[in-house]
Amino acid sequence: MDILVILEDNNGTIHRMGVESIAAAQHISKSLGLTASAMVMGKNANSLSTEASGYNLDEILIVNHELLNDYSSDGYAEAVKQVIDQENPTYVLFGHSYQVRDYVPKISAKLMQPFLADSIAIHFDGQEVSLTKQMFNAKLFSDISPSGDTPYLISFQSASFLSDDATKGNAMTKEVSVNLEASMIKTESEEPFMESSGGVDLTAAELIVSVGRGIGKEENIPIAQDLAKALGAEISSSRPVVDSGWLSPSHQVGSSGQAVSPKMYLALGISGAIQHVVGMKASKNIVAINKDPEAPIFEIADYGVVGDLLEIVPKLTEAIQSK
Amino acid sequence: MKIAVLVKQVPGAESPLPLVSSKDWLDESHVAYIMNESDNYALEEALQIREKNNEGEVVIVSLGPDRTQKVIREALSKGADRAIHIQSDGNYPTDPLLAASHFAETLKEENFDIIFSGLQSDDLGYGQTGLILGELLGMSTASLAMSTEIIDNKIKVKRELEAGYFQWVTMSLPASISVQSGCNTPRYPSLKGIMGAKKKEINVVTPNVGSQNQSIKKIYAPNSAKETVMIEGSVDQVVEKLVTVFRNEIKIA
Repeated sequence: MDILVILEDNNGTIHRMGVESIAAAQHISKSLGLTASAMVMGKNANSLSTEASGYNLDEILIVNHELLNDYSSDGYAEAVKQVIDQENPTYVLFGHSYQVRDYVPKISAKLMQPFLADSIAIHFDGQEVSLTKQMFNAKLFSDISPSGDTPYLISFQSASFLSDDATKGNAMTKEVSVNLEASMIKTESEEPFMESSGGVDLTAAELIVSVGRGIGKEENIPIAQDLAKALGAEISSSRPVVDSGWLSPSHQVGSSGQAVSPKMYLALGISGAIQHVVGMKASKNIVAINKDPEAPIFEIADYGVVGDLLEIVPKLTEAIQSK
Repeated sequence: MKIAVLVKQVPGAESPLPLVSSKDWLDESHVAYIMNESDNYALEEALQIREKNNEGEVVIVSLGPDRTQKVIREALSKGADRAIHIQSDGNYPTDPLLAASHFAETLKEENFDIIFSGLQSDDLGYGQTGLILGELLGMSTASLAMSTEIIDNKIKVKRELEAGYFQWVTMSLPASISVQSGCNTPRYPSLKGIMGAKKKEINVVTPNVGSQNQSIKKIYAPNSAKETVMIEGSVDQVVEKLVTVFRNEIKIA
């Protein structure tokens, strides 16, 4: 086996970053003439395999084991390690989700093989492969090459590959067995819960509408919230909006807030100070609306509108709702 | 309770980041170094456990060249008992598996009950070292810890999940846990702490471990010269063009 994608469960469907890693696997497969397969596990393994078999992949490996029904870093790391031992892939790909951050380092230790985490691009130069990674709080990029024997474990940052680019197909499925014992699982997990105060996780958001000081006053916030609702987007903000108390701190993007990389980041009245930009410049598409044509946000924007957001945004919301 | 805290010295947020001529590392002589942000929280978590139990030892473990002793002293002045400095002059590992192997080789005889580390370093940002180390030493592991509680011979950890969710996990000791920034309020060193730190032991070691499994080929500034498509016209025209961009270019379903 050449490329193995490990797909994560998100309540019965493939995690968004899993589909992105299928796109990554297909890209590598095409570039190097390699075969790409995927693996599913957990209590929803069968429904995930049905979904995965609709993509252009070689095989879907299904791992069913009662000790994998609920996530544990011990169980998942050992299961993937055993499948790697059996299938001998060259590249093992993951989306860089919170779950992957939790258990894949353990696979690296079990196999004594490198885990090239949070990559944003992959390059091939003859036999040498290199991965691009943001370093020093995203102020610099670096190209990193693994060395020695394969397999190489690689995770891609959200939106490094686009789920829309994952091509459809018809993959075969097969059951793969692993040997796990209850004594291997050293953690007991309780049910996930949300804090009553409501933390907002923007890191997994696909679409974000973000508000800056240019929104003018607190009473104008609903204009942005309505657009977010129409788009099915999360709402976020720059620091001045949080400092003014117009949105709670959990909405803040930037060096003192969250780092996001959605498919689209729509910046409304955000000037583009560096403290904000480090948290959002990994976004795949940046659309900026600002009345100041000199605002630095336009230097990193893919699409820019110089204009009054209070006029444009309500009409944009209407246009999206009516389509 | 014997607790290790992994502490790393990294460039400060405001530090210049000049590169050496081979473009594969920083010119360190022009870098202003500080303690990695999330490591402050890891240290505080360890100190609070020791204070709550009124017994135990907190040991700082740091990998790096001589300059690293500055953050080791800082951690000692906040109340850690002693330190181990893994000296890496001239051969600083940028591979988390190799870094963790240095720690594992150094700590295997120490039998720590808990190893705390920061979630990730603000320089390389792999976020793996503490977890790999835990696995290498056969410990339980957990990442993204928001709070911890010791119950008998177990540790209960509140972990951050995606999309605003949290989860409590309980695991047997020994355990290696990486903590999230903001999980507690790190203390400042007292004057007494600063004076006392000078007398505390820093054991310098140079373990003999393997070679890098991944290495940095080049470092460069992100390409910022982006082509921005400016959308112009009346408000209605702008709205219409934006909807078209959303649908056809960005491909929002």
